[in-house]
Amino acid sequence: MTVDVGSRFAKLGNRRAIALREVPHLAIDDLRDALTAAVASGWRIISLFGVPESSRELRLIAVLADDERGQLRTATTIVGPRYRALSTTCVQAERFEREIAEQCGVTIESDRPLKPLRRHAASHRPPSWPAAAPIEREAYPFDRVEGDEVHEVAVGPVHAGIIEPGHFRFQTHGEVVLSLEIMLGYQHRGVEPLLESLERDAAMLVAESIAGDTVIAHASAYCGALEALARSHKTARAQSVRGIALELERLANHVGDLGALAGDVAYQPGAAFFGRWRGECLNMLMTISGNRYGRGLVRPGGVAFDIPPEMASELGARVRRLGAELRPIAELFFGSASVQSRLEGTGAVSREACAANGYVGLVARASDVPRDVRHDHPYGVFRYAQIPVATAWAGDVYARALVRWLETQRSLEFLEEQLGALPAGEPRAACGGLSPSELVVAMEEGWRGEVVHAVLTDERGRVRRHKVTDPSFHNWPAVMVALPGNQISDFPLCNKSFNLSYAGHDL
Amino acid sequence: MFELLRTRLGQGTPTAKVPADEASFPDRYRGRPIIRPDARGRASIDLGACMFSPEEAGPESGIEYTRDYRMATRTREALVASDEELELATALDEKMRRLLGRSLRLRSVVAGSCNGCEMELVASGNVVFDLARFGVQFVASPRHADGIVITGAVNANMRGALEATYAAVPDPRIVIAVGACAASGGPFRGSEEAGCGVPPEIPVDLWIPGCPPHPLTILDGMLRLLGRIEGTGRVAGV
Repeated sequence: MTVDVGSRFAKLGNRRAIALREVPHLAIDDLRDALTAAVASGWRIISLFGVPESSRELRLIAVLADDERGQLRTATTIVGPRYRALSTTCVQAERFEREIAEQCGVTIESDRPLKPLRRHAASHRPPSWPAAAPIEREAYPFDRVEGDEVHEVAVGPVHAGIIEPGHFRFQTHGEVVLSLEIMLGYQHRGVEPLLESLERDAAMLVAESIAGDTVIAHASAYCGALEALARSHKTARAQSVRGIALELERLANHVGDLGALAGDVAYQPGAAFFGRWRGECLNMLMTISGNRYGRGLVRPGGVAFDIPPEMASELGARVRRLGAELRPIAELFFGSASVQSRLEGTGAVSREACAANGYVGLVARASDVPRDVRHDHPYGVFRYAQIPVATAWAGDVYARALVRWLETQRSLEFLEEQLGALPAGEPRAACGGLSPSELVVAMEEGWRGEVVHAVLTDERGRVRRHKVTDPSFHNWPAVMVALPGNQISDFPLCNKSFNLSYAGHDL
Repeated sequence: MFELLRTRLGQGTPTAKVPADEASFPDRYRGRPIIRPDARGRASIDLGACMFSPEEAGPESGIEYTRDYRMATRTREALVASDEELELATALDEKMRRLLGRSLRLRSVVAGSCNGCEMELVASGNVVFDLARFGVQFVASPRHADGIVITGAVNANMRGALEATYAAVPDPRIVIAVGACAASGGPFRGSEEAGCGVPPEIPVDLWIPGCPPHPLTILDGMLRLLGRIEGTGRVAGV
């Protein structure tokens, strides 16, 4: 089926602001039809959010991506305090509508009642709407499997290690998991209202704290949105330094995750060696930015710290050594029969599930869906220095480990190349006031996947709405898809192979 | 097997020295902030509210960063430093230390954080920082613990779980607050959902500031609490 998406939606680009009045305004029923048809023909919802339009109306803005053709589209609608769910026909919209119902206090009529997503007070409710009943932070309508010998296992929010809080509810038959439901929101801090209300310096620190392992990607997407609205142009050097930091962040997390996976299958040499070299990736970020996670580096207009020539050559040597040290460890890890037997076939996610549900990042790539913002919607340094998209096909824990290792090697190559030939120029350009009444979408390929910051300005150029979508928002449901049929004892291994962010999801 | 042993030998011994020297940190590392000699009118710095961002330093704010990684204190008040000297954490009393012996078992409670502090707590246990060599370990149940480590701003959605976990640790118990969020709400200050740090009902024995604190800052604080580092001196009894 081909759909004329062009006539219903306006064209948008990664980090290209357009005036809000240019975004086509559809009636809610037309938006539902248009979204449903577009998703059926291969488009994917990357953002869908609400913003109070007046004291009694709510505006919804939808953003779609076609990854193969590298295109973005947007449309908008205005609704009252009650409307028929978009997700009645467009399933991909469901998680977004759970978010909208909770954030905006709108009643969304659906055949299956929408469950709460984060369990918090509505922060974006049109002022004249009646206040909802007080939120019950602990009440959650879990699905239940009934039957002889079926039992329920509840885990969390406080976990057995040093892990973020979340609640996992398993329905099991003996050792075998029948279904898993995940209740999140325990890390909810009210990030979006802060980004919308704080001064820029303070908001920057919030953007760096959305997910502590994804500092660079969130900071770059945040700045990318502001820069587009301010028509600020970064130098090639600033883009390169941001790219270097982003790939160091990817390296640190991928190498760390390989170590954690080794630990979860009790392969101690892998856990010890990978864990140690993760530290070197963080230390390289600290050499550049003064902080192991790169805090303080990415700032509107560019970067706060340059990489002078002597630092570039020192880092280049460290990157080469890192590569040489990691290779034998990876060969040991992937070559070990005991490791292979635990990782292969565990926690598989099908290609079809990825395509239908819009999973992103390395989870999608491990199921042979070549989805990567650096390649599909290139920006900054990635328009010039292309990193090949790494994929695997089995969609199991092994595939997710393998994609991490493939990406590790490609990031190392990218770093060596960039550090050897940093373009000239100032590290930071001016980034002034924002254009009024405009919409921008900034996408970034963080180490987990697609980070999206959508920003809408008001008629005076202030931030009216700042919508953050971490890849974990899309991918948590994939964990629930991966678990059924596996032993409950394999849950920690499965979960680690996704390693999703609670903070990034909970905001 | 041969390959495994050869790789193991190639790794050498990466364990970090504790206490560390300044050479362990790169030039741009932002450690303990102090009041600049040329600062006019600035009386104190709250390390618990400091985000360790480049923007907080400079002639206007009257603050500059040193490369000193040691900054844990026993009280919240001591984090508000008025001059160059910071009252670093002192050891638990004799009775408590005798009860603990040579071990400290901790339960981690994450309550409205970004996961940055948690990653540094995990890193504190890796082969480089190796917190376990000093007898400190994280355990899987509050019933097995001598105390809890709190990270995050103590948000509305985790407050109940934090209180329940704290109540489940047998007395006498230790509480360690790690990171800017636990001390002040960090970057989320002002958000009703986020909270503004460990509430007064939970008495804290050790405050470790930072965003996030470096693993060596965490080690230094814990070892001071156990009486194994004093003053600016060396580790006792290793």
